[in-house]
Amino acid sequence: MVLVAVVTGIVTWLLVVFRVPVGDWVESIVNWLTASAGWLFDFIRVIVNWMTGSLERVLIWPPSYVMAGVFGIVGWRARGLGFGALSFVGFVLIQSMRLWNDAMSTLSLVVVAAFVAVIVGVPLGILAANSEITSRIFRPVLDFMQTLPVFVYLIPAIIFFGIGKVPGVFATVIFAMPPAVRLTELGLRQVDQEVVEAAEAFGAPKFKILRKVQLPLAMPTLMAGVNQVIMLALSMVVTAGIVGAGGLGAVVYRGVTRLDVGLGFEGGLAVVILAIFLDRLTGALSGRKDGQKSTAT
Amino acid sequence: MPGYGVMHNLMNKLEIKNLYKIFGKDGLRAYELIRNGVSLDEVRGCLDAFPAVVDASFDVKEGEIFVVMGLSGSGKSSLVRCMNRLYEPTAGSISIDGVDLTRLSQKELRRLRLEKISMVFQHFALFPHYSVLENTGWGLEVKGVDKAAIKTKALEALEMVGLSGWEDKYPHQLSGGMQQRVGLARALATDTNILLMDEAFSALDPLIRNEMQQQLVMLQGDLQKTVVFITHDLNEAMYLGDRIAIMKDGHIEQIGTAEDILRNPATEYVAAFIEQVDRSRVLTAGSIMSEPVAVLPIWEGPSAALRTMRERQVSALHLVGPKQYLLGVVYADEVISAVRTGESELEPLVHPEVPAVGQSTPIADLLVSSAEYMLPLPVVEEGKLVGVVPRVALLMALGERVNASNGNGDGDVSAGVSNPARERELQTVGVSSASSAK
Ligand SMILES: Nc1ncnc2c1ncn2[C@@H]1O[C@H](COP(=O)(O)OP(=O)(O)O)[C@@H](O)[C@H]1O
Ligand SMILES: [Mg+2]
Repeated sequence: MVLVAVVTGIVTWLLVVFRVPVGDWVESIVNWLTASAGWLFDFIRVIVNWMTGSLERVLIWPPSYVMAGVFGIVGWRARGLGFGALSFVGFVLIQSMRLWNDAMSTLSLVVVAAFVAVIVGVPLGILAANSEITSRIFRPVLDFMQTLPVFVYLIPAIIFFGIGKVPGVFATVIFAMPPAVRLTELGLRQVDQEVVEAAEAFGAPKFKILRKVQLPLAMPTLMAGVNQVIMLALSMVVTAGIVGAGGLGAVVYRGVTRLDVGLGFEGGLAVVILAIFLDRLTGALSGRKDGQKSTAT
Repeated sequence: MPGYGVMHNLMNKLEIKNLYKIFGKDGLRAYELIRNGVSLDEVRGCLDAFPAVVDASFDVKEGEIFVVMGLSGSGKSSLVRCMNRLYEPTAGSISIDGVDLTRLSQKELRRLRLEKISMVFQHFALFPHYSVLENTGWGLEVKGVDKAAIKTKALEALEMVGLSGWEDKYPHQLSGGMQQRVGLARALATDTNILLMDEAFSALDPLIRNEMQQQLVMLQGDLQKTVVFITHDLNEAMYLGDRIAIMKDGHIEQIGTAEDILRNPATEYVAAFIEQVDRSRVLTAGSIMSEPVAVLPIWEGPSAALRTMRERQVSALHLVGPKQYLLGVVYADEVISAVRTGESELEPLVHPEVPAVGQSTPIADLLVSSAEYMLPLPVVEEGKLVGVVPRVALLMALGERVNASNGNGDGDVSAGVSNPARERELQTVGVSSASSAK
């Protein structure tokens, strides 16, 4: 009898009273962060704004057709004449849809976000490759970063950085970074253990082995990671547009909210052109590394 | 032209004492248990521990090729990797020139690897993004030597291994044998005295492997390196090793010269193992030769020669000068006619061409001459007759079956013939001796 009463009591308590206030915790963490680390967020905002801003200014500074030519030449050098020509045509098309400035704004956002993701992600990947424990801690965190619905961290991002490009970059970095970590770790782990041992057996310090042997040999995989980072960053463009990052994302978002099919489609097409261009370009980088000598003295 | 004295190779270059390498996070606990007599299987069963090297102790002498031999998984690689601390030993000590490696800091250890000990790997372990020259110069690059000096030194090392002219190629453009030559050159370029070679030739085709073995022996003769050579191939071990350690399940079962091991296997395991060895390449003329009986000093006359032949029931005699210098052979028919014509000197009857062999000639190389020569083969060292190899001793050595229980059984020839290749060899001998008998 007593037992039944106790069990019923516990169940009732679990169902009615017991609640883990995760939401409250997160909220107080966010509040605490805004209060105590405000200077840090200001600093990040200034830096990111400066980076995207300057890159954007550089991209818009020449006449658009000249810039399209430059992209064409880059494509040609990287993959051949056909791809170069196609790139040129693609960028000319963007200009002819009068989306040039938006596209360059998006491009600068994507490049900066991908850059930050790689700069942060690659060292984390190196850490993970060198330590089983780190690797095991990172894995669920990375899954979390990729599966958490984007809006969930857009909200704190807006609280931290206000409306504009910076929360867009922030959300994009979070979302796009995992492949940089994962593929760096994978690439390093794939390097033939005996080759690393050989480097070690001749008295090379760890850092030298990393720089001269492991990273060059992991480069193709690492570049595949960079490629994925850029693709994921592009897929965040529209979301970034919603929080006021401008660019093609804003164009598409405007098209959607105003039910303007044409506008939406044009914005989408420009995103696709950028995506193909960046994908093939970084693909070429990873493909070209393995056959040639890279960082050898 | 090495700057070494000929005979101070009694110094211990490397001393391994009670070395243990136990993988897994319970390694240390497993070590305590094993020390207290718990069996390896029990340890494996109840702890997260894989004993790979168990209580290994041995010395390697300066200028020696020391071979560690054992089946796959017996712990050879773990052992050799402890010797430059690529693997951290669980317990025990490793001394190089009297310095205990296990006590060195990381920095001192790196220095020691640069200056004293280098390594050649089973799958070559070349850097695919480095040219042959750059690969060879890796140790020097690590040392911080300037580029021009690296190039000179690396080219020198490449020349030693016979790869001049290939320096600008990349590893994937080379055959396996050549890649391993680069691996060897990389190890030679740093001028370390000790060379660790982990199954360095195991991944190569048999012919290339033989070639590399010969080259290693030659290089070793020139450079007087101390070599620790790992292999799972007993023939290779016997060919290369001044001494051989046989490993099983992390234990060293026996250490000795090829002949020690062949003649007195310490355990059943070793005995079973050496069943497969190609004895004809391991045993040498010196190891199976016996006291010459059909021999006569040159100053004896033809009639003395005839008497000796009759006594010893042979139809030819080796003639020696003072201090046993071998002069040649005389044949019964010629001696008989000399006696008839009243000749008093043996000298005109001497045939100086004899199939003399050295003490270190492998018995495989004796087969043909033995079959074609009517006397036991003379074994000659610096012109002196030191012994002879009778045909029967040769055949017995080839056929001898070693057995742990009865030591080196002296079974008869036919009982010892166990593998088809050997049978064929013996048949050839039979045929050619029959043909030479006429
Ligand atoms: N890194 C490791 N972790 C756990 N066990 C290992 C490791 N390396 C080798 N071993 C084990 O140690 C034993 C000896 O391996 P190894 O030294 O490579 O033998 P061999 O070179 O004679 O083939 C094997 O049972 C192997 O599974
Ligand atoms: Mg091995």
